[in-house]
Amino acid sequence: MLHNLQNSLRTISRNPVGLIGLIGLVFFILMSFVGPYLIPFNDEPRMDRIYQSPSWQHIMGTDHLGRDNAVQIVHGGREVMIVAFTAGLISLVIATLVGGLSAFLGGRFDTVAMTLADVVLTVPRIIVLTMIAGLIKFTNPLALAPLIGMLTWPTLARGIRAQILSLRERDYVEASRVLGMSTAHIVFVEMLPNMMGYILTGLILAMTAAIYEQIVLIFLGLVPLSGTNWGLMLNFAYNRGAIFQKDSVYYILAPTLAIVLFQLTMVSFARALEEIFNPRLRTQA
Amino acid sequence: MLIKSYVLRRIIKAVFTIFLITSLVFFIVRLMPGNPVDIYISQLMIEESMSYTQALDQAAALFQLDFNKPVVLQYVEYLGNLLQGNLGQSFRSKGTPAADIIFKYLPWTLFCVGSGLVFSFVIGLLLGMVAGFKRNSPLDIGISSLAALIGAIPNYLIAIMFIVVMGSVLNILPFAKIRGSLSPGVQPEFSLNFVQDVLFHAWVPILIYVLSTVGNWVLLMKSSTTSTLEEDFVTVARARGLKERRILTQYVGRNAMLPLITQLAISIGFVVAGSFAIETLFVYQGVGALLLQSIQARDYPVVQGIVLIITVTVVTANLLVDLLYSRLDPRIRVR
Repeated sequence: MLHNLQNSLRTISRNPVGLIGLIGLVFFILMSFVGPYLIPFNDEPRMDRIYQSPSWQHIMGTDHLGRDNAVQIVHGGREVMIVAFTAGLISLVIATLVGGLSAFLGGRFDTVAMTLADVVLTVPRIIVLTMIAGLIKFTNPLALAPLIGMLTWPTLARGIRAQILSLRERDYVEASRVLGMSTAHIVFVEMLPNMMGYILTGLILAMTAAIYEQIVLIFLGLVPLSGTNWGLMLNFAYNRGAIFQKDSVYYILAPTLAIVLFQLTMVSFARALEEIFNPRLRTQA
Repeated sequence: MLIKSYVLRRIIKAVFTIFLITSLVFFIVRLMPGNPVDIYISQLMIEESMSYTQALDQAAALFQLDFNKPVVLQYVEYLGNLLQGNLGQSFRSKGTPAADIIFKYLPWTLFCVGSGLVFSFVIGLLLGMVAGFKRNSPLDIGISSLAALIGAIPNYLIAIMFIVVMGSVLNILPFAKIRGSLSPGVQPEFSLNFVQDVLFHAWVPILIYVLSTVGNWVLLMKSSTTSTLEEDFVTVARARGLKERRILTQYVGRNAMLPLITQLAISIGFVVAGSFAIETLFVYQGVGALLLQSIQARDYPVVQGIVLIITVTVVTANLLVDLLYSRLDPRIRVR
């Protein structure tokens, strides 16, 4: 296990994009989960210092109430990440169950499950989410997670199904079947490790989609506005016209850059993961 | 399945998908707690101090639903109306059919999204082909990294950054004037003035659609080109001493493009869906902005209509591509 980890770290450090992704991800997670305890957020309006440009005191400037933008970024990431991770995890669990059962059971279950996947894929998620968010007034942004998760599984489920169907035909799986290994052994020891790369990449891509969707919903004001969160900062800044005024540019750029950088980090990390689990993709060095 | 004909099987599946989604949307709107019908009724009772039966009657007239019938019958009636092209009456603009409102907004979105998609597809195809052909060269690394970078940024954030940089910081573009889909006083007509005005308002949203989708096309085309280059017929063409340019266009490009056509069909629906944040940002009067306004105003006949149109578009596009493919590649027809 330790050896594996060492190996993975070595592969990732050889790939600059992956390394940046990993470092960025660790940075963002530490910032959002540890940062708030170290840097307190002073909610009080300070009218003497509204819309300030970046300075040593406020590295990302201040907002319409004179509050520090950088501190709000530190406090606003946790909720976004929790929703993204929960949504990704829910979609992964459903995808594994549906994809796995489809591949192993085949027949009628497979037909129904894949038709269902097609149907869910037909209507763009963001439209279903907007519709439902318009109907149920969410009391908590966290409630978005299961909803996003329940709509995100089809792509991953199809992929997992295809992977299982293809792995099942490989020589080493046939060999262990001939050797009389149990189904559990074949699934968990022979097949699963070979699918881990795909599954983890799928999880991360589902998370990036969840970030896109939750922030659109908050940005457009379809989910309750409370607490601190990057989407909310974007919403406030936009509705105050910060986008069209020169002095308030940093107010809208702070959350924009935070989301963009976090998304880029996740995607780079996903690419590095693909290489760790698929040695054939590694560049010859 | 016992149906032998591939074409028939695909058409049945497409119709079934549209039917299923329309039904789901109907029951979500009609049966969920806080559904628009109940809310409308309680609103009428409070605001216009109507009795419950009065409010029920009015809601029934507006939604074209008969509440004395069981939900299943109402549903059958709704489907019957749909088949006649009747989406119901809009709540917000009383007395206007929802379909009329949607078709007033639809052309703007189709124009913007359509031209964005075409530009993005063509540019992505060319850049991806070059990157695939010159794999691991500095040019490829440059194109691919840039594509991956821009492909990972959500479209509405690209738009925000574009407006902030071009408008507020550099002060190059007058976004206050660009917002909207037509300048005040300009009427739709066949004149140079009208066309100029349309383009003046549309080019920024189009550019945003291109920027937010082009990266994906580049990466897809690159990987498709790379795998096509390994095919035997390319090796044979090289062995025959054909010019590289000819191989690139006639042998590789055409074949590498095929898988991307499927993606193009699928992406139409998604770009229309993505338009709702972009159109809201640019106050562009398209279906996306209409969808958001209708959801906020709980104008459900319009919402249902837009969802129906997007569903039909996506399903039809997929169907056409599948049928086209089965013509081009007979292996698909046998299952």
